[in-house]
Parts: sequence; C-alpha cells; structure tokens
Amino acid sequence: MSIDDNQQAREAVLARVRAALGRTGPDDEARAAAHAYIAARRQGPRPAMPADLVQRFVERARDMSSTVERVASFDDVPAAVARYLDAGSSLRSAIGWPAFAGLSWREHDIEFEARPATGDDAIGLTGCFCAIAETGTLVFVTGAATPSATFLLPDTHVAIVRADQIVSGMEEAFAHIRRECGTMPRAVNLVSGPSRTGDIEQTIVLGAHGPRRVHIILLDRAGSDSAHPARPCRADTRFR
Amino acid sequence: MAVQVASMHFKERAHAKLHDPQLQASLRKFQGKFVPARRAAITELDDFEGTRNAGAEIRQRALDDLDVWLTIFDENARARGATVLYAQTPADINALVLEIAQRHGVRKIIKSKSMVSEESGLDHAIEAAGLTVVETDLGEYILQINGYEPPSHIIGPALHKSREEVTELFHARHGTPRKDAIDELCAEARSVLREHYLTADMGVSGGNFFVADTGSVVLVTNEGNATLTTTLPKVHVAISGIEKIVPTLDDVATLMRLLPRSATGQSISNYVDILTGVKGEGEYHGVEHMYFIVVDSGRSDILASDVRQALRCIRCGACMNHCPVYQNVGGHAYGWVYPGPIGIVLTPMYVGLENALDLPYASTMCNQCGVVCPVKIPLPDLQRKLREKEFEKQLRPWHERAGLKAWGMLARHPALYRSVTSIGARVLKMMGDRRGMIRRLPFGSGWTDGRDMPAPAGRTFHQLYKARARGTPATLYTSPVPAARGEGAIKVKESR
Repeated sequence: MSIDDNQQAREAVLARVRAALGRTGPDDEARAAAHAYIAARRQGPRPAMPADLVQRFVERARDMSSTVERVASFDDVPAAVARYLDAGSSLRSAIGWPAFAGLSWREHDIEFEARPATGDDAIGLTGCFCAIAETGTLVFVTGAATPSATFLLPDTHVAIVRADQIVSGMEEAFAHIRRECGTMPRAVNLVSGPSRTGDIEQTIVLGAHGPRRVHIILLDRAGSDSAHPARPCRADTRFR
Repeated sequence: MAVQVASMHFKERAHAKLHDPQLQASLRKFQGKFVPARRAAITELDDFEGTRNAGAEIRQRALDDLDVWLTIFDENARARGATVLYAQTPADINALVLEIAQRHGVRKIIKSKSMVSEESGLDHAIEAAGLTVVETDLGEYILQINGYEPPSHIIGPALHKSREEVTELFHARHGTPRKDAIDELCAEARSVLREHYLTADMGVSGGNFFVADTGSVVLVTNEGNATLTTTLPKVHVAISGIEKIVPTLDDVATLMRLLPRSATGQSISNYVDILTGVKGEGEYHGVEHMYFIVVDSGRSDILASDVRQALRCIRCGACMNHCPVYQNVGGHAYGWVYPGPIGIVLTPMYVGLENALDLPYASTMCNQCGVVCPVKIPLPDLQRKLREKEFEKQLRPWHERAGLKAWGMLARHPALYRSVTSIGARVLKMMGDRRGMIRRLPFGSGWTDGRDMPAPAGRTFHQLYKARARGTPATLYTSPVPAARGEGAIKVKESR
C-alpha cells in the first residue's frame, strides 16, 4: 500500500463495489443514466421564499447572530464601518480585500490595509460572491483578490453585501458560481453568522475559532462603483 | 492499530453507565437540547416529509450505482489536481496519511473531526510515527488532551463531560488558572488552537459528502475549524467512506436542509465548505496539495448485504438523540466509534457480528430512530435483520435459541398454544399481589427491577374473545387501566 501503487487498491475497491451490486464490470448504461441525472440538475422540494428576498436575508442573518446595517450605497461604507467600530471598541484599524482600498477611510479616521489576514488582525473586511436569503448565508469564492482567511482569522468580520447579490437558496448560488466561474473554485465557503461551539454542556459560545462577530453592511443601491468585487473569479483586482 | 472494539460487553457497560451519576447528569442536560430544537427547526420547511423522501432517494441513488458515481467523482477530482487514493482497510488509511506527511516533510498535522479516522485510530498512528497531531473540534480536542478518550456522540463527541471536568482538564494540561465559565474555557481553547492553525503543515479532515459532479468534498461545521484546517496549511487530506458520494451540488442543497436541522436543530450550520482541487494562480491562501482518501473498510460488504440502506446515513445523530437506550446509557456503552441506533447496525457489520453480540439488542424497537432519520433508514428493520443473522449463525446462547424454537413450535400448533397460554395466564395471575401486580418475574428480574408487571386476570385473549361472543362480560386484567385496553383490543378486532 503506497501512494504510487494505489491504482491496485482503486481497482480492488471498484471490483468489490461492483460485485456487491451484482455487476462484473463497468456498466455503460448506468454511467449514461448518471450523466443524464447530473445534466438534469434536479432539485428537491424548496421552502417558499417571500417576494422580498432582501428582507428575508436580513431576518435570517440576524437569526444566525449576525448584525446588519442597511445603507444606501458603496460610498457609505466607511461611515458605516466607523459607526460599528465606535459602538464596540476603540480600534480604528482594519484589513480587508483590495476592492475596498480606494474608499475614503482617512476621512473617517480608519486605518485600512488591503492585505490578507494574519492571526493578529482584529477586523477583517470582505465583500461576498453572493448571499442566500433562505438561511442568511454569505457565500465566498476564493480567488486572488478574495482570500478566505480575511473572514476566518480576525475577531470581527465585516461583510459588504449588495442587495442585488442576494439569491433565494443554495441552488441559485451554485448556478451563479457555474455561470461566473465556469468550474468550481478551490473553495466555496458558505458562512452563516459567527463561529460557534456547543461542545461544553451544549452551551452555545460564539467565536470558537473564527470571528466572534459578523457584521453585515447591506447596500440597498447597487451604485456605479466598478471597484466592488462582484466577480472574484476573474482575478482582476490583486494585492500589490 | 484500530480503535479497541468493546462492543461485546454492551450489557455490562450499559449497566455501569446507568449507575454513573456524573454521566447521568450530563445526559439529562443533553436531553433537553437537541430533541426540541429539531422539532422546531423542521417546521421551517414547507415540505419536510417531501425533503426527507428526496434525501433518501439521493442517498439510495448514489448507493445503487456506487461504482459509477465513484468513478465520476474520481475523474473530476483528478482533473482539478487532487490525488484520489483508496483505502481497503483501516491500516491503509494510516499508512497513506503517513506517506503523504512524509512526502511533504510534514511535522505538525491539524485535524478537523473525522469519524472514519476514529475507525483506524489515525491519531495514535501519527504520534507513533513521531509527528504531532492536534484535534481542532473543541469536543475532540477535549478528548484528545484527556488521553484520547473515545467520543460518545458523533456530533457532540464530549457531551458526556461536565463543565467541571473540562475546567480541571484545561488547568492540568494548559497550566493555566482554573476557569469556571464556559465562554472563558472556549476562549482558552481558541488561543491554544489558533497557534496550531498558524504553524501546522498539513490539515486532515473528514468529508460529509464527496460530490461526484464537481470532484469536491463538502465539510460542515459550526466552529469553522474545518474551514481553517483546509485554508491555512499547504496540504489537505480529506478522508471519508465510499458511501459518502452524492451526485450533484443541488443534491447537497437538499441534504443540507436536512442535516443541520436533524442534528442540532439549526436551519443551517455556520460553515459549509465545498473544496475542489488546489489553489489557483495568485491565490494567497489555500492548499497546494489535495488528497482524497476514499475508504472501503467493510462498506462494500454492507453494500452487498441486506442492510445496505444503513449506508445512506449522513451522520446527523438524530437517531441517538431520540433513542431511549442512548439517552440513558450514553455513547460509551456501545463500545466502538458509532453509538446509538445507527451504531448498533454499523458496528456488527464493521467489526463482525460475533464481536458485537449484544448490540442488535440494544434497542426497544420503538422506531423513534426510524421516524426522525432524515434519509429514512428503516433502523428497527435492520436491527431485526441482524438479530435474525445472529440466530441463524447460532450466535445466541442455547437457552435463547431453545426458547425461540419452543415458541416457533407452539405458534405452529394452535391447540397446544391455547392450552399452554391458558396455563401461563393462570400461573401469572397467581403470582400477582393484592393490587394485581407482579413484583418480581423469574427470568425477567431485569425488567421487574425497575417496575411492577400487571398480572393477567387469568384468562387468555382467545378465552375472552369466545366468552364475549357468548355474551359473558369479561376482563383481561385485574387492574382497571390495562383492562380497558384489553377491551379496546377486542372491539377493534370485532369491528373489522
């Protein structure tokens, strides 16, 4: 048994599985049926979603212990971040995705660094690929300009979500990824609220390993900003 | 070396657990949590039953063409730069992980929860090879630093431990002042584990699902430990069973409406990671080497058997949460990796029926497990099949086999049956006390230790039915409540 002669193990396992299913070799008909099943993109029963997906997203995100502030547009982000920081701590520095580097941080007395997170950063600022109304979930797709550690390592994660990024369910998020990225990115992370654990006496504690707080700044108007990372798969914005 | 199998001794262990006040206190806390949370969460779905049916179909579809789906998964995963390896035995899993570690010069491994690696005792093998391994799921971490105590629940591995025990354990192992508050304990574990995340060379995870269409592994956690484990180190090894294949991402969406609701009563788990291949150009974080270890280790035998449906399991733990046996004895009594109703089916199949004789009997056949299973595994039916196998293989004690044979004979001879049961009913009536209750049954003291048995009124159902047909009033039992039930049974029979 080793990595290089594992082909033998592969054949042995497939042979045992086929024997268990009463097959003697590859079954072309079953394979064609499997590919037809994949192509059909069959979905299971879906819970009905309200017409106002944005409102649903906000409600469910709050149920998952995220906090949400709605603002008008991209230009309002620094002020919203400043308000959030003022309410919580004396910290005035954040790191985040490069798409936010051009915002008027200095005007709001915030030190913003566009770089990937280390283990010591307090606040990580990200956009998202899309967001799911059904469960109040943020969807992240890894790419050069959208590193995942930014929403994992800092104590506080602030996510910027445009209202028009909100989709109904996981199925729509997956379809969106297929459309935009072609193939699956290395990581698709679905994040719903802060990291939590119930492993000691089933008592829920936030901030098990990842963020203790997830704050969502929801932009009601899409705006005209070209810098916002709507298409993280096309690695058009890089760290310099 | 695989985890010690102690499933032979369920009866003795269960007895000891029933008299362990510490465990009983932990189990009482546990009972009030997951069951009501699930009950509330399933109402969020307009068609929970339909979603369960879809979930069962998805899992059964994967199993019925498992070779096809495995092949498609394998091709797609390789196309994205992952290496797909197969393990036929638990020893293969450990050997492969160690070889991968050696190949990439790995010194420290971080691990997010993998029940399959519990089957093979992977952590012991890693340490025996002189490498460091750190479990990152808080429950698993608590067990690891307590000398690798076995998990007692598949999603809440340390739920048998009290807060006080964790306080002492952290104080002893971390050399820090005692902390009493649960959030302080969690914060301490966070800071200890954070350091390990940042310095580990390789991450090992389980796999909730392998997605055939995309060649991905899906990891589900609340802590985010799997996300960190698979983001920061340069190497990721995902280990799971061959049965964990699902065809498509849309199937994952359906199963994810069932899994967290059935497990902890959450609408969604906090982190769901879908990982495919190695990092792309310009990506700052992400693995450079991705390995899948696809494990058979007894699964193809289950696939060939008449308990194939057990492989549908998505490891939510609902069956154990709702099981009256599990609720009272906890997970350790079952003696191996998987406790509760699914465990008593899987364990004998994995470790051998002759090594787990009591397990198929660790069930009251109440079907709570079957009712809550999100993928509709008919658990009591499968348990009964294993009981039949034990009988056929002559694995049951002689008196039990003799008893069943005698019963079979009686049941085939109605006249004999009637006379024997009529004697039995009279004897039992005589054994009753003034209240009509039997305090102690010979050969049944285990049952009467905990309760009295109502004595029959002295006549059998057949006698009673005949008498009723003649218009003579009759009672089945001497105590009033069961009598009403007996009469009810007759009415039902008449109305047909």
